[in-house]
Amino acid sequence: MSETLDLFVQAALTENLALAFFLGMCMFLAVSKTVEMAFGFGVAVFTIQTISVPLNQLIGHFLLQPGAWAWLGLPDADLSFLRLIAFVGVIAAFVQILEMVLDRYFPALSAAFGVYLPLVTVNCAILGGSLFMAERQYSFAESFVYGAGSGFGWAVAICLLAAIRERLEYSDSPEGLRGMGLTFLVVGIVSLAFLGFVGIELP
Amino acid sequence: MTTPSLPPVRVLLDPIVRENPITLQVLGVCSALAVTRTLATALVMSASVTAVLIGSSVAISLLRNDVPRSVRLIIEITVIATLVIVVDQVLQAFFWELSRDLSVFVGLIITNCVILGRAETFSMHNPPGRSALDALGNGLGYTWILLGVGGIRELLGSGALLGQPILPLVEDGGWFQPIALMLRPPSAFFLIGVLIWCLRSASLARARSRSLTANAPLPASTGSPTR
Repeated sequence: MSETLDLFVQAALTENLALAFFLGMCMFLAVSKTVEMAFGFGVAVFTIQTISVPLNQLIGHFLLQPGAWAWLGLPDADLSFLRLIAFVGVIAAFVQILEMVLDRYFPALSAAFGVYLPLVTVNCAILGGSLFMAERQYSFAESFVYGAGSGFGWAVAICLLAAIRERLEYSDSPEGLRGMGLTFLVVGIVSLAFLGFVGIELP
Repeated sequence: MTTPSLPPVRVLLDPIVRENPITLQVLGVCSALAVTRTLATALVMSASVTAVLIGSSVAISLLRNDVPRSVRLIIEITVIATLVIVVDQVLQAFFWELSRDLSVFVGLIITNCVILGRAETFSMHNPPGRSALDALGNGLGYTWILLGVGGIRELLGSGALLGQPILPLVEDGGWFQPIALMLRPPSAFFLIGVLIWCLRSASLARARSRSLTANAPLPASTGSPTR
């Protein structure tokens, strides 16, 4: 149990995908103008991350890793080079299916974060999560926890940044710094704060 | 932003400073921040991105009249992903150490918004030659930012460039105390933030002096084209 919690905290805080690995930065900067938008997008990323990482773990484990095709008489087949394209395909297909299902059964939910779903496909945090999972060779259970943790951490980070940016809207900053420049400096400071989580030991 | 009437030289040179993908369009910053801890990784990363960018731009530009609009995204992603796999395999074969350091970030070139952005906005509407020029320009624009940030971070963080010691460290009897923060993630945000600040201020000042000489009112472009 404590190992699970450890992995969750590690994925969410100390190894925050946005602030420690800079993943999903484009969306992170683009969608963090208001807390409302940031929250919707954060929930979308969390949902997709929680499902797509374990899904990719299964695909990697049963289809792509060396020796996965031994039962077909192909023990030497190593398809791991196809990992990238397979993961991207899985994520894109999954997002598309999710969008259709939401549209059909939960129209309210679909209206709330439907616009963000297609954007998530090209979000590097999602692909990055799956690639980290493959690189660290997580098991199915671990990859589920890792997906949930990293998605949660990303959502928290974007909501934090959006809250700060809302308050900075009326600040009197130098002309050239307004907009992106200031946002980068703020993200730097938030990231500095997250560095403080490094070295936390859970009891 | 780029019109078909633009001469080829401008197509090549504009993205390097004036339309720089990172500082002005704020595209593809993920990898720009992540791989700039040392100059060597920044160098390999920018070379890979430029190669993929040129390859995908030309390929997509060649395909542009045969692809129905409704499936263009998936085609673009497939083209890019294929090229990235090639680059990844080449790196693993010839630069094993560096490819370890870059870890997942080579794979993440697929989702680098610069590449998809250029494919969407430029290659889909322009012939292969112009697309290749545009890709090279954007690649160079991306490269110099990466090399700049990577150089500063490695020089101040460990007193070396490309692994060669430049500044004598205190622990080796020199005078330079390395700034450990430079090796941590936040410093990349600060450096890029300051860089954007400088470039935006410069372009604002240029716009102002031009509008003064033309005796026209100040352009209301103080806000940034955030995406």
